[in-house]
Amino acid sequence: MEKEILRKELKVSAIENGTVIDHIPSGSVFQVIKMLNLAEYQNQLLIATNLDSQKMVKKGIIKVSNKFFKSDEINKIALFAPTATLIIIRNFEVVEKKKVEVPDLAENIVKCFNPNCITNNEDITTRFTVIDKKDLKLRCHYCEKITARKNIAFI
Amino acid sequence: MKNKSLVSINDFTREEHIRILELAGAFEKRPKQRILEDYVVATLFFEPSTRTRLSFESAATRLGARVIGFTDSSSSSVTKGETLRDTILTVSNYCDIIVMRHPKEGSARFASEVAKVPVINAGDGANQHPTQTLLDLYSIRKTQGSLDNLNVAFVGDLKYGRTVHSLVQALCNYNTTFHLVSPLELKLPSAVKMSIKERNLDYTQSTDLNEVIEKVDILYMTRIQKERFSDPLDYEKVKNAYVLRNSMLDNAKPNLKILHPLPRVNEITTDVDDNPKAYYFTQALNGVFVRQALLASILGVVE
Repeated sequence: MEKEILRKELKVSAIENGTVIDHIPSGSVFQVIKMLNLAEYQNQLLIATNLDSQKMVKKGIIKVSNKFFKSDEINKIALFAPTATLIIIRNFEVVEKKKVEVPDLAENIVKCFNPNCITNNEDITTRFTVIDKKDLKLRCHYCEKITARKNIAFI
Repeated sequence: MKNKSLVSINDFTREEHIRILELAGAFEKRPKQRILEDYVVATLFFEPSTRTRLSFESAATRLGARVIGFTDSSSSSVTKGETLRDTILTVSNYCDIIVMRHPKEGSARFASEVAKVPVINAGDGANQHPTQTLLDLYSIRKTQGSLDNLNVAFVGDLKYGRTVHSLVQALCNYNTTFHLVSPLELKLPSAVKMSIKERNLDYTQSTDLNEVIEKVDILYMTRIQKERFSDPLDYEKVKNAYVLRNSMLDNAKPNLKILHPLPRVNEITTDVDDNPKAYYFTQALNGVFVRQALLASILGVVE
């Protein structure tokens, strides 16, 4: 067990301060990077994917130095990586570990899939009710149409 | 219901629906009452809809209100590039209530959040048209005596008709048995059928109109539009299968009434018009009473 952890740490080295997003489904790692705008991030950023995992078939992990996510960012992570765990690191020590939770409402996170929706035609903050947390289905507060996972685009 | 916007049929509870229908009944008995003399109603039609607009303006005028507005966006500042938000913010300074029709879905909800006055949705794209639904409920209740436990057939284009979707959802509150008759290409969307299933209501689904006529209390006809079919041959195959003729009504229940949101093209032949079961033109008249009830109750003049 210890050996395994040690090996994993070698694959993705530790950060001093910041947040580790663990247990990301492998296929979603790059989506998470994109929607959190981490491609532009100026601090140390460690990314790994297709790692063996005890909980999942394959997982991804992102370690972001000197970054502590706000709740709207956590909601974004939850929508795309509902299995993710957030680990807060200070001084190389884990100070908090929590599973993300898919929110009931998604505000200003995703675009409505319906091109004829008023939110795609005027500058309006989008609002969705999450009607299916497992398969991820969002009902637009404005046009009432449903945006499913495969059609989700982020703002 | 004072100051409450009506954007979606579900914005009002079942009790509020019934209250509106009762008030509409009172206006049918006395349609000319000058109870809104101190009020200004704005009708903002960002896309033309003569029938709905005239019905609202008739309702407002018969109650003594003044009506301002525009009949399509080419005659408003929308053509100059003004946003919906700015139009609504400005117009709500000039009136006590806004009635709006807009081609974009969700526009009415957004307007109701921006406006300082209540908003009645007179159609937002393919989404909602709640006053049509209320006048349909009024027509059904009036002809059948009650909304409860009826057999209702929906015929024609069940896929794209927002009228059908809203009415199906509203009728789910009344233990309705649904008979859904359409070509396979134009079946009721699964999201709408969900509301029937969630309530465990009975429904049948078929492609044959003749099968259901004898069983139902209400026959709700809709128009099948050619442009809904990707292959014009598919349209040719079905276009005559959903036409109602007078001879088909011989074995219908005595209380059967035929409804249609209008405009009709050829899906109900004109020989049906003289049959006492034809109700579609009276249905349109009922729209005025329902809109009177909505204006008066939302403006707080009646309770």
